[in-house]
Amino acid sequence: MNRRYFLEVGVEELPARFIDDSLTQLKNNFEKTLNENRIDFKEIITYQTPRRLAIDIMGLEPKGKSEEVEVKGPAKKIAFDSLNNPTKALEGFLKAQNAKIDDIYINTINNEEYIFIKKVNEGKLLEDVLRENIASNIKNITFPKSMRWGGKNIKFARPIRWIVSLLDNEIMDFDFEGILVSNTTRGHRFLGSQSIVIDDIDRYKELMRENYVIVDPKERKDIIRYNSQKLAREKGGNILKDDDLLNEVNNLVEYPTPIMGRIKEEYLNLPFDVIVTPMRDHLRFFPCVDDKNRLLPYFITIRNGDDKFIDTVIRGNEKVLGARLEDARFFYNEDIKLPLESYVEKLKKLTFQEKLGTMYDKTIRLQRLSGKISDYLEVGEETKKNVLRASYLSKADLVTKMVTEFTELQGKMGMEYAEKSGENKIVSQAIFEQYLPRFSQDILPSTTAGAIVSIADKLDSICGLFAIGIQPTGSQDPFGLRRGALGIINIIIDKKLNMSLKDLIDFSLYIYIEENNLACDFNKVRKEIVDFFMARIKNMLTDQKIRHDVVDAVISTGTDNIYDIVIRANKIMKWLEMDKSAETIASFDRLTVLSEKAISSNVVRNLLSKEEIELYDAYNRIEDKFYTLINKKEYDNALVLLSSLSDVINNYLDNVMVMVEDENIRNNRLALIKLIRDMSLNICDLSLIQI
Amino acid sequence: MNFQELMLKLLNFWGEKGCLIMEPYDIEKGAGTMNPHTFLRALGPEPWNVVYVEPSRRPADARYGENPNRVYQHHQLQVILKPSPENIQDLYLESLKAIGIDPIQHDIRFVEDNWEAPTLGAWGLGWEVWLDGMEITQFTYFQQVGGINCELESGEITYGLERIAMYLQDVDNVFDIKWNNNITYRDIFGKAEYEHSVYSFEMADIEVLNNLFNIYENEANKILEQGLVLPAYDYVLKCSHTFNVLDARGAISVSERTNFISRVRNLAKNIASIYLKQRAEMEYPLLKKAGERNE
Repeated sequence: MNRRYFLEVGVEELPARFIDDSLTQLKNNFEKTLNENRIDFKEIITYQTPRRLAIDIMGLEPKGKSEEVEVKGPAKKIAFDSLNNPTKALEGFLKAQNAKIDDIYINTINNEEYIFIKKVNEGKLLEDVLRENIASNIKNITFPKSMRWGGKNIKFARPIRWIVSLLDNEIMDFDFEGILVSNTTRGHRFLGSQSIVIDDIDRYKELMRENYVIVDPKERKDIIRYNSQKLAREKGGNILKDDDLLNEVNNLVEYPTPIMGRIKEEYLNLPFDVIVTPMRDHLRFFPCVDDKNRLLPYFITIRNGDDKFIDTVIRGNEKVLGARLEDARFFYNEDIKLPLESYVEKLKKLTFQEKLGTMYDKTIRLQRLSGKISDYLEVGEETKKNVLRASYLSKADLVTKMVTEFTELQGKMGMEYAEKSGENKIVSQAIFEQYLPRFSQDILPSTTAGAIVSIADKLDSICGLFAIGIQPTGSQDPFGLRRGALGIINIIIDKKLNMSLKDLIDFSLYIYIEENNLACDFNKVRKEIVDFFMARIKNMLTDQKIRHDVVDAVISTGTDNIYDIVIRANKIMKWLEMDKSAETIASFDRLTVLSEKAISSNVVRNLLSKEEIELYDAYNRIEDKFYTLINKKEYDNALVLLSSLSDVINNYLDNVMVMVEDENIRNNRLALIKLIRDMSLNICDLSLIQI
Repeated sequence: MNFQELMLKLLNFWGEKGCLIMEPYDIEKGAGTMNPHTFLRALGPEPWNVVYVEPSRRPADARYGENPNRVYQHHQLQVILKPSPENIQDLYLESLKAIGIDPIQHDIRFVEDNWEAPTLGAWGLGWEVWLDGMEITQFTYFQQVGGINCELESGEITYGLERIAMYLQDVDNVFDIKWNNNITYRDIFGKAEYEHSVYSFEMADIEVLNNLFNIYENEANKILEQGLVLPAYDYVLKCSHTFNVLDARGAISVSERTNFISRVRNLAKNIASIYLKQRAEMEYPLLKKAGERNE
């Protein structure tokens, strides 16, 4: 008969962010135990609230399957004496394995014969397996931060206060550091009974519901989403979509009841983010917005309880929000007493990185670097002026009262205060856009000025930190350099910027040398940074289903123009779908080795034979058109043009002996080969593409 | 319920649960945790249960008596239960009932909050307790104090008395809290708030304070060499407060800040380890009284 095991670990309120992962670990630990003991089961269902992690394992076999194993004994020559009688060694082995001499057989390993027996490992009883493993399966859950309590020999995220352990509705007892193991759980802290006997596992969900605990997280989330939305609709709005907040709130409550409160009108003229940030990040309120995403004077919070005495709860929450917004208004009004510019001096007190100076130093570097990039891209005087101004003001908001209190508002307050201080729209926008993209899939800078400041900001961090040897390692990337590099790449592609990566890195490193007297092994650091970027590009392109060999074929030509690399890789992928691409790759591949022997690519026409002239003429016919296409980055069409040479190349190599005695003729033939292969290198090294 | 009733009810509640009722410690400090009744007693295997009100000074929070929610000095009601009893959360909720907060009529939450006091080399895990969205209590299981692992973990409950009083009296401004039925918080502290704000933000003499910090630090080290833990600790508290004033005055740069903090922490660590050694030599006198719950 199939059996069923149920476990509930009762805890003091677990941190919301730990709950999902700890439950997964608990489930995995039990799966592992059962698999190792060859006990089959049908399925494991899990439940969670802030105060309990529960698993319900169904369809359990009462006993593990038995398994046959081979046990290796002594070598045959040691096992028997000269009279072929068993030695002490063999007898010892048989005794230890509880086997008889008739059970043995011989197998040869590495030319040596050994004694073997077959042994059956009986499957253990489910009860025994559970009793041996439940405690360790709970204890082995790890948390980012864990604690001890009451002198017990166990670490957990918060104290464990009770355990329900049932095998087919009977208490399955085990020793657990003096914590009570029984069939009795607790309901909602205030609304439910504090002593609920689970007499039937089937009734767990229902019993808990009667005691104001919804144990199924999906059901709780549906209640939160549906009822919040309903409240917002009554006011003609929606809740601002925020899955992270929804997941967090879901793990903060056992019995969710969404309630709606009002935001006082007097605070509504504060900037959107100034109102929404304390609501979301500090109070876990859902803001309400209208169809155009404009803030409505309402918020929704999720009460952990029913709808009784709801007015008191709403009033309390409104009061707390009022106090927060009052603070925000105070910070805001204090901050705008001075123009944004006046905060720049104060950046001298804010460290960027010990060895790389203050935020003020960074500001000065940013101005120079973004100026350089502006010149390089020939953006024009007007844009450059905006870039320089935005760079100068870029970090000023970090020392304002608002950002000191709400760090997540960096950039946003800079933009807000810049506008208040009379800076022009582009400058204000660029101050915000310097931090874009903040996470994967985030929006990118919309202005050229914003794009340049954003690239400069990230590049300065990457180059500075690499220069002092603080690169990301493994999962360690405290300054978010990987995200920064990927951000730069995405901006460059989005804005179609033609820039040499090495030039960019040189700009930044030279500024460090001049401004900070930074000493480093320049060439080594530069190479590390280039490799760091190239690794990001490869990852990114692979994610976009572009073949690895195609990316390598492009990068191996030595190009460091990020935008161009991406275009080429995409166009090559397109061309690979077309006719004749495989033959073209094959024929160009034949040129590879020979072309490396060439001294130059200067071809003397009157030294050429018939097939050679055919190839040379074919080359001359397409040359102009080819380079025109290259300049227009129409690499797929350029490759089609190269395909037209494929037959002539094959014909040439089939009929002409290249490595002849005559040095002049040999070099001339090699030159022609190099000329043609070099043409293809304007796109990629075709020989690296797999056909 | 006026402010003094609130204090008395909580003191009595915990007194009846077996806590010593103590007076505040008479040196400036930023939090009740710094009182030696917590900082030192949390170390080692000896049980200890205590409750006291601690006026706590935070110069950087001063607002000239003009901000409805922030003050230079506020009052913490601090409870230490060592070891933390199994029903510590229930006891806490019972104490709320004692001051007229019935959990069933409110939304009470335990929201993750990891406490850390770098100057004390101390940290613990626990929650902020929310009453209808408002943080009214800090609830912490100490894990380390003075850089030393807590052998017997304490539960620390710190009530923010002003917050609770504002809620109970339904006032939006801390200065409107009634201390008794006719004297308000403003009557008592308004002038002090203003003067301490002016001093902390505008007048505090940076050179004098820097010198004082050095003098206090030297004195603490000198006393500690003689094994006199408690007088040495007094000077650590003075260092800490002096640092807080300098910080509010805007006289400490980021890199100096780390340096100041580590100087105070080193003193605190030395004191903690010497204290613990001395208690061991004394054979942990309070262990013998274990089970009597200080009564």
